[in-house]
Amino acid sequence: MRVQFFASCLVELLQPDVGTAAQRALGAAGHEPEALVGATCCGQPAYNAGYGAEARRVARRTLRALGDDDRPCVVASGSCATMMSHHWPELFEGTPEETAARRAARRIAELTAFMTTAGSDAAPDGGTGHDDHADVSDTSRAGGPTAVIVHDSCHALRELGAGATVRRALSDTGHVMVDADGGERCCGFGGSFSVKMPAVSVAMADEKLDSFVATGCEQVTSCDLSCLLHLQGRARRRGLGLRFDHVATLLNREP
Amino acid sequence: MSNPTATPVSFGRRADRALADERMRAAIARGTGLMVQRRHEAVAELVNADELRDAASAIRAATLQRLPELLEQWSDNLGALGGQVHWATDADEATAIVAGIVRRRGGKVIAKGKSMISEEIHLNEVLERAGAEVVETDLGEFIQQLAGEPPSHIVAPAMHKDRFEVADLLSADRGAPVSPEIDDEAAYARRRLRQAFLDAGVGITGVNFAVASTGSICLVENEGNGRMCSSLPPTHIALMGLERIVADFAELDVMLNLLARSATGQALTVYTNIVTGPRRGDEIDGPEELHVVVLDGGRSAALDTRFSPALHCIRCGACLNVCPVYRQVGGHAYDSVYSGPIGAVLTPLLKPDDPAARELSEASSLCGACTEICPVRIPLHDLLLHLRHRDAREDASRLRRAGFWLWSQAWSRRWIFRAMVLVARAGLPLLRRMRHLPDVGWLGAWRRGRELP
Repeated sequence: MRVQFFASCLVELLQPDVGTAAQRALGAAGHEPEALVGATCCGQPAYNAGYGAEARRVARRTLRALGDDDRPCVVASGSCATMMSHHWPELFEGTPEETAARRAARRIAELTAFMTTAGSDAAPDGGTGHDDHADVSDTSRAGGPTAVIVHDSCHALRELGAGATVRRALSDTGHVMVDADGGERCCGFGGSFSVKMPAVSVAMADEKLDSFVATGCEQVTSCDLSCLLHLQGRARRRGLGLRFDHVATLLNREP
Repeated sequence: MSNPTATPVSFGRRADRALADERMRAAIARGTGLMVQRRHEAVAELVNADELRDAASAIRAATLQRLPELLEQWSDNLGALGGQVHWATDADEATAIVAGIVRRRGGKVIAKGKSMISEEIHLNEVLERAGAEVVETDLGEFIQQLAGEPPSHIVAPAMHKDRFEVADLLSADRGAPVSPEIDDEAAYARRRLRQAFLDAGVGITGVNFAVASTGSICLVENEGNGRMCSSLPPTHIALMGLERIVADFAELDVMLNLLARSATGQALTVYTNIVTGPRRGDEIDGPEELHVVVLDGGRSAALDTRFSPALHCIRCGACLNVCPVYRQVGGHAYDSVYSGPIGAVLTPLLKPDDPAARELSEASSLCGACTEICPVRIPLHDLLLHLRHRDAREDASRLRRAGFWLWSQAWSRRWIFRAMVLVARAGLPLLRRMRHLPDVGWLGAWRRGRELP
């Protein structure tokens, strides 16, 4: 399928390889991704901090880049996909871009949600059934030390229902997974929360990291780079030997 | 009771202090973990949990739509039974009403059941200043009273204390050792509190729900102390928030089916008290006088706003138990009667002029666990976000506002964004290598516990 592709500002700024990997994974699955030209950011950092006008100013840039198009737009971040698919309609409510924002919102799909539903009749709104979760994670405890720890980002888990699709996508490419305890608990990133409440944010990361270490596995993944950078930053400070890679990177890697 | 942490410091500062208290954090992690697990088991017993939650949410919304009508119906019915309803606009009015009744009815000892409204209006301080001896008879509240602290959790006031701390407090009260065994602690409290029930001239309780169709009040509890407070002393004063009403017993059934399951993981609490008026001529027990004080306390001002779903709350505490922030810092860090996600939403609505209350919306990573668990489906993390949007402009420092403005100007221009990408890619490796970075602003906050990306 021909799709638009948006890597997210964080990926472009800090780990452009993730964007490349995501496009390669899409290509390997028979899709034709075309990167959005002129997009910057979905506006989430300002939106979650309470600055609507600033969020709109930035999001407008990306909304224009999405253009008048009817292809799905695949986003390599669960939280940006949530911002665009769930919060843009409200962000642009009462502005000239409202209709465009609503139309764009319907085309947004998080990477693994798209990859595991494309070709089916499911609308590419990022939402997929929770029912897939059980049959994937049932096998996970047998993974051994090379298994991948999947960190569910809150946006992906609660608003997109993408907890299952990250696992499904990894499972489809031969990866074995393990679930850490307290998997539904937030890692403590939370955008500006991580720097407004740094001590609480770090304490939340510590509990998460302890649960990762307890699995005996070292590879952590997620569909959100922001969570991973926060957890990785804390893990490095603590000298923990955990590795953090975006799910797009793992999809291109031999298990 | 005064709050030992009540100094004008930010949530962040109070959180830092709480994070250093390993013993408290262990107790909170244990307590909330247990409550969440029990709640999941109890809700899983329901074949129609989702429909029940939808129904409860719809009932709460409909109740607020016709609140004046329901309150009037309830008040008329209770009046016909001989009960007295008092309307209080704010804390001062509410405490004055209660103090007046206590003065008129006499009795030095007041036996008090659990009531968050009494915490909200700081009732004990007022009564004690007037010379009364107030005894908290809920075990958790009794422990908190001995400690001189406000409750740290809506449902489990002393959740943050382990049994050894409790034993120390009880031993000090007794003047002789009480062993740190739960049974021994409960046995001591039972003996100690029994005397208070017998001595009390006035019993004070909260109200979980008022029932409009019959003029009843419903009070749920697990220790029997609420029943004692509402039936043994000659005068019973019940304190209730304006919004805590249901139309009839069919609605009460829906609410009770969810309340205990969500709060403590019980199908029903051990005691479900339904008080319908004071003692009648042919009855052998019950109070001679029943007074219900209904507090507005800022609630009606929130009714017609986008924040009105916060008034749907039935005080089960489930959102506290799943909140990862509450889990780390406990309830006292919020420096508010109501803590956790619902406290962060409710407090700024009830105290609109308090900047410290408005700051609480920042005490969340917006993870949404609260919204997911709420039995009456309050969109708590959305409301926290709306509060940020309402308050950010007014409250934030000029620097923060300027920062976001600058960011939005840069990020809305592709060429500046591209330039920033190049700067970041070149600059980060340099920053990472620098030994002595200035620990200021967001960079410093990030580096306080984390390495740079």
